[in-house]
Amino acid sequence: MSIRPFLDLVLASLVLGVAIFTITARDLFAAVVGYVAYGLLLAFVWIRLYAPDVALTEAAVGGGVTGVLLITAGKRLGAPNVSQEAQPGPGLKILTGVLAALVATALGAVILMLPDPPPSLAPEAAAAIDGAGAGLGNPITAVLMSYRSLDTMLEKVVLILAVMGVWSVGTDKAWGDAPAPLRQQKAYAPMVFLAQMLAPVGAIIAIHIFWTGANAPGGAFQGGALLAAMWMVTMMARLVEPPRVDAQWLRLALVAGPAVFLISGLAGAITAGSFFAYPSGLAKPIILFIEAFMVLSIAAALPMLVAGPPSEGQDQ
Amino acid sequence: MITLLDLFSIAAISAGTFFFFAGTVGLLRFPDSLTRLHALTKADNLGLGMVALGLIPRADSALSALKLIVIWALVLVSGASTSQLIGRALRRGRK
Repeated sequence: MSIRPFLDLVLASLVLGVAIFTITARDLFAAVVGYVAYGLLLAFVWIRLYAPDVALTEAAVGGGVTGVLLITAGKRLGAPNVSQEAQPGPGLKILTGVLAALVATALGAVILMLPDPPPSLAPEAAAAIDGAGAGLGNPITAVLMSYRSLDTMLEKVVLILAVMGVWSVGTDKAWGDAPAPLRQQKAYAPMVFLAQMLAPVGAIIAIHIFWTGANAPGGAFQGGALLAAMWMVTMMARLVEPPRVDAQWLRLALVAGPAVFLISGLAGAITAGSFFAYPSGLAKPIILFIEAFMVLSIAAALPMLVAGPPSEGQDQ
Repeated sequence: MITLLDLFSIAAISAGTFFFFAGTVGLLRFPDSLTRLHALTKADNLGLGMVALGLIPRADSALSALKLIVIWALVLVSGASTSQLIGRALRRGRK
């Protein structure tokens, strides 16, 4: 008898425990810390489900970027204590509880009523990848870039829309200015040290994760998120300041990924016979070419989400 | 068959687990944040170091062994720096 099922049970109960802690935490900061821990534990769950690609994304985005985003947002809110806010009435509480229980029951019922074997698109997708001759060793990347390419492209468009949403919250007067620095304090030696040590190594690891994504777990999103984190670390150390939102290079970097993806897709319509098809034999280099620009867009978009809307007078 | 390298792995990983255990006990039992931080860094630096050291003979290639060392070094750098940041935040909060 293996010890693994017990370890899995421990992991599952830890995830549940941290989830409950996160929702019941009254302190905003504690809730964010709980959420980050929850993201990291989920990454372990994905590894146990043999999905290292998802685990990498979950660790980078769920554990890392979202944590920074939430802490920054909490700080901007002035971190009000939730318990001091108006409490919902008992009727609303019961209604929320009943609705949540209904959703949970429905989800559980659906999972229990799945036919055996469950319906799956996986064989079809695998056949399609082989048929397209994508030439990639990593089936996840092949699915994302070849089989479901429109979805992947639109995902990046959503990211740009989110950045536009954040930017549009700024005041009219501040438009075009840079977002406020990530930390109000002056540069602090240990933070500068961390940024100077970590950023070069992290950037290399990010490029490695993107490059290796063609054949092994990894890919554009994971690499881009790591690169984004490195930019954020240097901004937090005040080694660099957030760029002006009307900077030409920033906007080009943001749209580069989806734009190159779309152009390649249209080119595929002419050269390979259908929208988002790649000419056989050239699939791998084309996919890596598109992904390189997507890394750029992700690395630009995530820090801009964290940096927030342009703010006037940030030079003071 | 248990070889000498296996014994080394077992010893090093056990030692690492001990440091993680001790660090966790310290984190739960120590009276204030600075001492808790002290306990935590032992788990991170020594515990992870010993575990990484114990895993090196079990790595499939020299490259994966090197990766283990790099992971440890990265945790050392970030652990030391964030402890410093947390420590400063604590000192500021007290004043």
